[in-house]
Amino acid sequence: MTAQSWGLLALFLAVTLLLVKPLGLYMARVMEGEPIAGLGLGARLESRLYRLCGIDPAAQMGWKHYALALLVFNALGALLLYALQRLQGWLPLNPQHFGAPSADSAFNTALSFVTNTNWQSYTPETTMSYLTQMAGLAVQNFLSAATGIVVAVTLIRGLARHSARTIGNFWVDVTRATLYVLLPIATLIALALVSQGVIQNFSRYREVKLLQPVTYQQPQLNGAGQPLTTAAGVPVLQTLTARTQTLPMGPVASQEAIKELGTNGGGFFNANSAHPFENPNAWTNLLEMLAIVLIPAALTYTFGFMVADTRQGWAVLAAMVILFVGLYAVCNHSEQRGNPQLTALGVNQRPNSEQSGGNMEGKEVRFGIAGSTLFATASTVTSTGAVNSMHDSYLPLGGMVPLLDMMLGEVVFGGVGSGLYSMLIFAIIGVFIAGLMIGRTPEYLGKKIEAFEMKMSAIAILVMPFIVLTGTAIAVSVAAGRAGVANPGPHGFSEILYAFTSAGNNNGSAFAGISADTPFYNTALGVVVWLGRFWPIVAVLAVAGSLAAKKRIPVSAGTMPTHGPTFIALLIGTVLLVGALTFVPALALGPIVEHLMLWSH
Amino acid sequence: MKTILRPALTLLLVLTVLTGVIYPLVVTGVAQVAFPAQANGSLIRREGKPIGSRLIGQPFSAPQYFWSRPSATSPQPYNGLASGGSNLGPTNPALIAAVKARIAALRAADPGNHAPIPVDLVTASGSGLDPDISLAAAYYQAGRVARARGVSVRRVRDLIAAHARGGELGVLGDPRINVLELNLALDAMK
Repeated sequence: MTAQSWGLLALFLAVTLLLVKPLGLYMARVMEGEPIAGLGLGARLESRLYRLCGIDPAAQMGWKHYALALLVFNALGALLLYALQRLQGWLPLNPQHFGAPSADSAFNTALSFVTNTNWQSYTPETTMSYLTQMAGLAVQNFLSAATGIVVAVTLIRGLARHSARTIGNFWVDVTRATLYVLLPIATLIALALVSQGVIQNFSRYREVKLLQPVTYQQPQLNGAGQPLTTAAGVPVLQTLTARTQTLPMGPVASQEAIKELGTNGGGFFNANSAHPFENPNAWTNLLEMLAIVLIPAALTYTFGFMVADTRQGWAVLAAMVILFVGLYAVCNHSEQRGNPQLTALGVNQRPNSEQSGGNMEGKEVRFGIAGSTLFATASTVTSTGAVNSMHDSYLPLGGMVPLLDMMLGEVVFGGVGSGLYSMLIFAIIGVFIAGLMIGRTPEYLGKKIEAFEMKMSAIAILVMPFIVLTGTAIAVSVAAGRAGVANPGPHGFSEILYAFTSAGNNNGSAFAGISADTPFYNTALGVVVWLGRFWPIVAVLAVAGSLAAKKRIPVSAGTMPTHGPTFIALLIGTVLLVGALTFVPALALGPIVEHLMLWSH
Repeated sequence: MKTILRPALTLLLVLTVLTGVIYPLVVTGVAQVAFPAQANGSLIRREGKPIGSRLIGQPFSAPQYFWSRPSATSPQPYNGLASGGSNLGPTNPALIAAVKARIAALRAADPGNHAPIPVDLVTASGSGLDPDISLAAAYYQAGRVARARGVSVRRVRDLIAAHARGGELGVLGDPRINVLELNLALDAMK
């Protein structure tokens, strides 16, 4: 690793850690229903909104009522997004006159955006109207993030409350998370992005004259749109000259901001955050990476504050940071080493004062190896899935890190809200294992962990590996699944494994060579994103409800402290053990064997 | 169920208007007033006509211009409507074949140059629209460009140095140069 790679990591972590306490405290105040200074307008809007929607903000819900409200709200969101896509041809703000995407693609996209996944089987700049992007996709960027936050908060309440039958009011929680946390921060980030060159307009696409016209070849088509072939079956090529370049336009910055802040990741353009109009320079790259981890990191402080022991939050954050540094180091080291096959051809991949070197296939010069691998790590340890470089072209071990990030359950910072609630479930499992070892009833933050919590925690943790591995197994067994593969050998298996891992964890990034805009993948991945999102959420709400009802037992000499180094090590060990035991065989068939093939020459 | 359906539907619609209509309109309004050039694509204009964007790369193959990075967009390179990378895996024979062809083209255009080729000049970018090349890639091409234009290598190297960027805060931004701006500066050189 280069000094620059360590320096960028240090800068990134320092700014993140500085913001954890103020933002964490602010979110605690928002979610505890306190009035927010300086946002008086919001308060008036809020109370009017509750009246309009027939919501009693003082009413409290039990966990089943809360879960039902959450599911109905998200299901309606998916229906609305599906309808918006299919009807966009008749709706305004469609200057390029795009028609409706296919039914299976729209189904996949709707579920994918509602579940915070943002897997994209379509090419945005030639598919989605401005209206669909901003009033459909971006709306779910907000609402899926708010959904994550409120589930995390209910679990915190479950730990903080005692002898209580309720865990909060879903409508109020979602409204306040959107109004006071997501909207103001997204607005600030959006404007900062525009100042650096991220576009924000409603213009038609612009045509510019190229300085040097470019000649190229493409297959000639017959009247029916099929490629013409010679008698021998070779496609007939025609030579064309392009004198202009079409620049796509649109309201990008507003969507880019919430795409990162809400750990969503769905790009306005196909190239996602590698596109210069989404991410024009090293400053915006840093800002986007910070936006990704900001809320997940700060929620650990919200947690500590709400359970009245901030050390608990710092311990969870420490475990996350330690795992993060390790994962980034492996990814960065692998990519900086470069591709040995290119070295053999006389290509210079060494870093020096004139180039970043390393494996630059699929990467942008302005980000280099440090900015690309840090972004890849931040994006896949969280549920973001935005990419500023193409993971499919990473070296085997470099590409294994994003896979592994997701397989660990996205608990290193993790998705907005989902990272914290998943990590707390791991904490519960951790104290259970520790309790077994020393023969004591496990407890966490004064709450006894009993059979019901353990069952629900096990469900929450095991759903993901179950659907990921089952989905992968089905896809490699049927022709429709194998047809999507772009790269030969073990890398092709990695593409399929990556797709289902990404969907099961609601990440949304891809080994993007895979052709996933087919009825098989659109349907299979659509089902997987839905199960991967809401099955664990219901289990977590059940744990929250059950914990809230328990009495708090006082701390005694036998209580295991859950804020010291021992607990941090236990938590890291639990995460790694569960992840490794589940996925090492699958990884051995993909990236590991490819690594051995590449370096054995 | 009705006690859930009504708030769910109305709240969804209200929040859609708030985050999906009002929010982007407000951001657009402020952006168009405060940062009009950036918000509209950082266009470079000559005699009032846009001739490109500072942020979006263009393809070059003539010897008198600095070449941009390879682009995997289809059907033509640097197609603004099809951003994306090659997605070729590191062990894919197609990747090695593509790199070999690019090396051959660079060597053919500059037969006397036996320096190792900087990696970004033979690998496709992530967006297919990368506006930059590394400084190393620019210096590698300086001799060819100078010969094709009949100017001294020294002048071309000075021009590169004047347009070099990177190293913000010591850790941000890699050493790089904007190819379109560099080529426009070449054309303007007397």
